[in-house]
Amino acid sequence: MTPAMLDVRNLTTELVGPDNSIRLIDDVNLRLDAGEIMGLVGESGSGKSLTGLSIMGLLDPPVRVADSQILFKGEDLRRMDDERLRRIRGDRIAMIFQDPMSTLNPVLRIDTQMIETIKAHEKISTAAARVRARDALGKVGIPSPDERLKAYPHQFSGGMRQRVAIAIALLMSPDLIIADEPTTALDVTIQAQILSVVQKLARENGTALIWITHDLSVVAGLADRLSVMYAGRIVESGRTDDVLRQPMHPYTRGLIASLPSRNRRGMLLNQIPGTTPPIADLPAGCAFRPRCPSATGMCLAHPQLETVAGRDVRCFHPSLEGIGA
Amino acid sequence: MNARLDVDHVSKLFTRKPGMIERAAEAMHVKKPSPVVHALDDVSLSVPEGSVLGIVGESGCGKSTLGRVMAGLLDPSMGTVRLRGKPVDALSTAERARERLRVQMIFQDPSSSLNPRQRLADIIGAAPLHHGMTDRRHLADYVTEQMTRAGLDPAMRDRFPHQLSGGQRQRVGIARALAVQPEVLICDESVAALDVSIQAQIINLFLGLRESLDLTYVFISHDLSVVEHISDRVAVMYLGRVVEEASVEDLFANAAHPYTQALLAERPSIAPGRRSYHTIKGEIPSPVAPPPGCHFHPRCPVAFDRCQVERPVLRSIGASHTSACHLNG
Repeated sequence: MTPAMLDVRNLTTELVGPDNSIRLIDDVNLRLDAGEIMGLVGESGSGKSLTGLSIMGLLDPPVRVADSQILFKGEDLRRMDDERLRRIRGDRIAMIFQDPMSTLNPVLRIDTQMIETIKAHEKISTAAARVRARDALGKVGIPSPDERLKAYPHQFSGGMRQRVAIAIALLMSPDLIIADEPTTALDVTIQAQILSVVQKLARENGTALIWITHDLSVVAGLADRLSVMYAGRIVESGRTDDVLRQPMHPYTRGLIASLPSRNRRGMLLNQIPGTTPPIADLPAGCAFRPRCPSATGMCLAHPQLETVAGRDVRCFHPSLEGIGA
Repeated sequence: MNARLDVDHVSKLFTRKPGMIERAAEAMHVKKPSPVVHALDDVSLSVPEGSVLGIVGESGCGKSTLGRVMAGLLDPSMGTVRLRGKPVDALSTAERARERLRVQMIFQDPSSSLNPRQRLADIIGAAPLHHGMTDRRHLADYVTEQMTRAGLDPAMRDRFPHQLSGGQRQRVGIARALAVQPEVLICDESVAALDVSIQAQIINLFLGLRESLDLTYVFISHDLSVVEHISDRVAVMYLGRVVEEASVEDLFANAAHPYTQALLAERPSIAPGRRSYHTIKGEIPSPVAPPPGCHFHPRCPVAFDRCQVERPVLRSIGASHTSACHLNG
């Protein structure tokens, strides 16, 4: 069996303080094969972005990965020396951020930045690198890429800038892309254009993709599998259609039920009571317990992620409604 | 039904203030005058008493400017804003101040619209005290009532905005608006910055307040699902113009304008199944130099010659359904 493109085992990330440390991500497991798209969904503070940064090894003290195996094609990224990790990042694994201006240097032309990236990873002539940069711009749907190569980041609109950031991520044809809310700041019509580019990419090049978002509806049509995070833990994980049709975890159920739907126009939405607890002060046992309609005394214990009918759920009372026995 | 608030052929132009050198250059006729942005271009809409008008559109479509003009925060460059049928311009200063108070606005980002150095009780209590809706002696009770109504624990009255969560801050914005006893609330992307589970709580609060206080709403959002959920009528805007307006049922079932159709087709949804994205091409043009004729024609899949030269007027294409497309009607 060939190893998975990415296999994250027991990822635990902590904020190390002088006296104690706070666990920000607790026991996250992710597995991704080539060409697969995984949606990593959660609300603010759920640890979804931090999971992406942990995988990339982009954390700075006092935040650190406490314990984990992060296997990329079977090789543990955390055991690699810095030089090799640097080569893999940007070459085999790329990341796209929400704000493209955090990727782009505002005082350099796009071509300078793109050619620089290619040359950092590969011995190649500038002319050949330029051709590849132009092709990458064309691939993400930037009109007249030859001219646009000479532009500065501020001369692009928000949607175009995000495309440039995606084009840079694509330059080395990475095997894995981690995209952190890349379309959140964009308009619907522009978001759809970018989703279509990304979807094509995964299908045609076999690129594996982790798409981090707070918006279920963005990944619903895009991802093969969904992992839902709450308070630093994955609470449910499974095939996208299964999770959306029959959510098992009360939090996932609550999230889906709270979305406005066409046939309940003007009626009160089903809301999840309360707010997300601060990560430094999680309730004992299941973190969702105080907001959960099905919580019992049992939930004072810490639930493990267990496989129920082909789905991973972290709950003592998963809903089996509509699940064939 | 009587219009609680209506805008009649309203336009809003913004010009960039030229610097000294530019002014000199203009005076010497060596430079063209600064570009003018038509943020609103001949917009007419009416909000009946007790109803919810949803306004949708993408960045730069003028929806926020329209909200500000309706709330009296901006004066229109052309056209008339009427409150209960009376043109705002025709009101006396005192009357205008009183009528304006009845229209309150709730913003997208609660943290930038709340003074970080004021306690909640001051944020919520200042305006009603100033306008004589309560006095110092009853202020504490008055603030308690406003906070309770917005779903805030009155025990938090001495806190500062940074001590609250995003959802709680938005509730403070709502409590502050309700404190001056408005009849119309203009919500500009008021749930856009909130997490899904909190968004549902705030939408429910709006729905509940509508019932209990007989409020009229203008609900501005880029999120079609939210607008569909809360609105009675919906107006779709593109680059400063209203391109389609209809009842919510009609608009979502029988969208006539190609832009509305495109927006609906690309609306994210949680319907299961892999989807393919039928994208409309191109970018939203800059409002400084919008395309001639129909603003949407460069992106429109069904555009023809006439669209490049002639501006389509908003005309009736069905029972209280208007659309601005040469192909409609």
